[in-house]
Amino acid sequence: MPDFLLEIGCEEIPARMIDAASQELEKRVHELLQRERLAAAGTISRFDTPRRLAVLASGVPASQPDVTEQITGPAVNVAFKDGQPTPAAHAFAKKAGVDVSRLERATTPKGEYLSAKVTKKGRTAREILSELLPKEIGSIYWPKNMYWRKPNERFVRPVRWLVAMLDGEVIPLEFDGVKAGSTSRGHRLAGATAVEISKPSVYADSLRKAKVLDAGEREQQIRKALDAVTRTISGARWREDKSLLDTVINLTEFPSVILGSFDPEFLELPDEVLVTVMRDHQKYFAVEDTKGKLLPHFLAVLNTDGDPQGIIRHGHERVLRARFNDARFFWRTDQKHPLRERTEGLKHVTFQKDLGSYHEKALRVQRLCSWLAEMIRQSGMAIRPGVIHKAAYLAKADLTTELVKEFTELQGIVGGLYARVQQLDLDVPESTRLAIADVIYDQYKPESTEDSVPRSIEGAVLSIADKADSIAGMFALGLVPTGSKDPFALRRQANGIVKIIAEYKLPVPLGQLFLDAREAYHGSEAEKKFSGKIDFGNVLRDFFRERLEFYLREVLGFKYDVANAVLAAGCDDVVDAAARAEAVTKVRPSADFESISVAFKRIKNILRQAEQAGKQVTANIDSAALQEAAEKELASQIPHTANKVEALRQGRDYELALVEISKLRPAVDRFFDKVMVMVEDKRIRANRLALLQTLLKEFSTIADFSEIVTEGKDTSRN
Amino acid sequence: MLSASTHTLTKTDSNPLTFQELILRLQTFWAERGCVLQQPYDVEVGAGTMAPETFLRVLGPQPYKVAYVQPSRRPADGRYGENPNRLYKHMQLQVILKPPPENVQQVYLESLGAMGIDLRQHDIKFEEDNWESPTLGAWGIGWQVMLDGLEITQFTYFQQCGGVDLYPISVELTYGLERITAFLQDKDSIYDIVWAHDPESGRATTYGDVRLADEQQFSVYNFEMADVDKAWKHFELCETECRALLDKYAALTKEKNVDGFGAEKKRFPILAAYDLCLKCSHLFNILDARGAISVTERVGVIARVRALAVGIAKAFVGQQRAETPADSEEEPADEKKPRVKREKMSPVGS
Repeated sequence: MPDFLLEIGCEEIPARMIDAASQELEKRVHELLQRERLAAAGTISRFDTPRRLAVLASGVPASQPDVTEQITGPAVNVAFKDGQPTPAAHAFAKKAGVDVSRLERATTPKGEYLSAKVTKKGRTAREILSELLPKEIGSIYWPKNMYWRKPNERFVRPVRWLVAMLDGEVIPLEFDGVKAGSTSRGHRLAGATAVEISKPSVYADSLRKAKVLDAGEREQQIRKALDAVTRTISGARWREDKSLLDTVINLTEFPSVILGSFDPEFLELPDEVLVTVMRDHQKYFAVEDTKGKLLPHFLAVLNTDGDPQGIIRHGHERVLRARFNDARFFWRTDQKHPLRERTEGLKHVTFQKDLGSYHEKALRVQRLCSWLAEMIRQSGMAIRPGVIHKAAYLAKADLTTELVKEFTELQGIVGGLYARVQQLDLDVPESTRLAIADVIYDQYKPESTEDSVPRSIEGAVLSIADKADSIAGMFALGLVPTGSKDPFALRRQANGIVKIIAEYKLPVPLGQLFLDAREAYHGSEAEKKFSGKIDFGNVLRDFFRERLEFYLREVLGFKYDVANAVLAAGCDDVVDAAARAEAVTKVRPSADFESISVAFKRIKNILRQAEQAGKQVTANIDSAALQEAAEKELASQIPHTANKVEALRQGRDYELALVEISKLRPAVDRFFDKVMVMVEDKRIRANRLALLQTLLKEFSTIADFSEIVTEGKDTSRN
Repeated sequence: MLSASTHTLTKTDSNPLTFQELILRLQTFWAERGCVLQQPYDVEVGAGTMAPETFLRVLGPQPYKVAYVQPSRRPADGRYGENPNRLYKHMQLQVILKPPPENVQQVYLESLGAMGIDLRQHDIKFEEDNWESPTLGAWGIGWQVMLDGLEITQFTYFQQCGGVDLYPISVELTYGLERITAFLQDKDSIYDIVWAHDPESGRATTYGDVRLADEQQFSVYNFEMADVDKAWKHFELCETECRALLDKYAALTKEKNVDGFGAEKKRFPILAAYDLCLKCSHLFNILDARGAISVTERVGVIARVRALAVGIAKAFVGQQRAETPADSEEEPADEKKPRVKREKMSPVGS
């Protein structure tokens, strides 16, 4: 069986898009082969570089297997009259491709029918691939695509060549005006322009000779080279940086590494600035000593096979010197106007077109911070409102600095660095100033689920307030994230709020936080733009419920049903929800708890059906209407247990509270064994429903047990 | 095959190109590949893209190849001549290839050879960089070309200009002349690069000799002395006149059955309207550098300039069509549909 190769040759594909597209292409080819009954006997693999996406499949059948099927024709009594075939019989024979004499008969419950065996010839792989591959290529998802020839031909970058082969034979196909052949291309500068591929199995080797390596090989080669050149400096190591490594892997076809140096004088600039320049702007790895202190060196990954004369190194050093000079120039220029003089300038920096300037935002966030700080202080936690107050006011001032205009990714960090070295106010003592600097520095943390939260509680409050202000403003405008559309990264910001509240165990209910955040807009110009259509409180609650579910499941690792159960009982208090999830997880394995979960599910069903049938439920349990011993027992236990549970719940001793609830199991079980709920007697029925409703209401405040999945056991007992 | 020139750059290169030689080499290179050599446009622009040789020529069906140096003014980028890498006014060498040849990247790389760069001794990367100008309603897809870590060229496949979807597509190459010269001459400051060598006296004239005063004085003007009220008035005058021209053109197209309509349309000064739009854009940049544009105004003013640019692009396409009816067969099938889209900008760099 032949081997298959498809290579799409392209002008340089953006590094960030290569991995996903390459995986998708492999999947598409795999599924196409499956769908067309051409599944490869051997492996399917991919090969990608900035200039090509390729898929290889070994052992693809040369054609689809033939298919034989039995087809049924007209009834025999219609097909034959007086033993002679009628036109109906002839027509069927023609359709089946056999002679009338070879038609078979099949007996069915409806009578005897004509029947025939038909063999459909499988189509060749060449034919099918030639027909279907262009559509697969054109369906690859790109975050951003373009056209270069005709408006309806779209791809990430212009396609310049195609290789499509089954063993040594070219599959004739065309995509966006490019015809497939057997000629690939080598490395732009270091390899051959034309690389003839004799057959798919030698593809990777042929390209290697033309200085083109697959991603895996490039990674190895880069890592090895980074290690090797770093070893030339004693006690040095390169700073591991996964995302940078992924980027340079996808910017090269044949990588090598050079070690460059810069003037140690630049080490007076903060590490953050130096590393940002090197990593984000030049894609260099930083070099550090064993203690993690930066050394005046850098590592550049080249897309060529070496730099014997040091010409490339010299060029990179020159560029970095200019970048560092710029940064130093900006740093020094910025000091002429300290942060405290910059807050006025924020009036000219737009936060969002309808939400006004960063100056207005800073004042709102400052107000929100002081409300939050008070809320936290009253709960008995130690907090320095003065530090937050000052930090909130100065937090956005760095947006007007040259350094942040140049290196936007350093916003917040630059503010923190400047606050550390600047006079903030005449009366601020050194220690307070450093605390303020840290709060400003940490204001955007956590930037992802993996990132750490701000280092101080004051930093935590500022970060929450800043994010809550953005979310409240955007939601009030009606700019709620939907599907993949979240241009202001509100989900990420909400995740940040949840993470901070959870890790600091802050007594900040989300509902209150957003009422306050919304209140901070009161009387502003922005408020006039707010949408009257949006149900602010409810939409936000649903939004945060999703964020909390994400946090409980993905960050804390709780089971999805535990998260659902807990959030159904309340999703306003992050810390509390996490504590309840932990308690539920702990008691969940017990048999009593499982049984209670099953019973609650049943109760919920009964109540729902009763409601749908319009059956009346009494408001309170009428003890006079209780008939059976089992229902009397349950009714008498409820208030007793409820009191205990409520006391434990108040003390946030959820685990013990759940154990208490579990103890209801015998009474609940007996109730369902002995008592029929939906009886004819209206009064008794209404009272029994009331009993169940009370049970559900009293004991669903920690978690909605009916959400707990119990592996089908709920149907086994009745 | 890439080193079109045998001239090899090394650190010890004793005779790198001067600024003006670089321009001459690039112009010769592109002239040899069929480009019209235009001269810099004589209205202030922020980039070579804004010169009509790009903004208008990429519209409509006519093939065109052009190269020109364009001094580009960006008032807010001025640094009083004190920053060795930043300029209020820098020089771009702009190339438009409409439509681009299939081997356009290869041809571009050969142009580097023409500068004396032996690519086999250097590191070249094409890194994603998509270009967008909200003021012009224009955007494209492409790369920044990195040579040993230095961005030397913007390489863009134009997709939309003045809100009009383009067909055929143009490739725009924008060479940063100062930084390339600094690279070739191994200078750390733009002001130290050699602009010209006098072959008789051997005397070198530097970039600083030619342009430093320019940078100092215009920084002072743009940041400190430009009269905000007058600049606003200029802006409004230019905008009003531009709009009036566009309105007249629109009225003209409505009377299409009148005799001599084609000739009237053809002589209508859309090009003058575009000059007025460019002036608005430059005045906006000055006001911005002066810090005279408030938060609420900013978005609105950009939208006003874009409205002019979009109106001009649309009118220009219509005018071209009137001139060259025979070309319409080259157009794609959906020609009947309105080609001007409203505000369909793609976000920068994503």
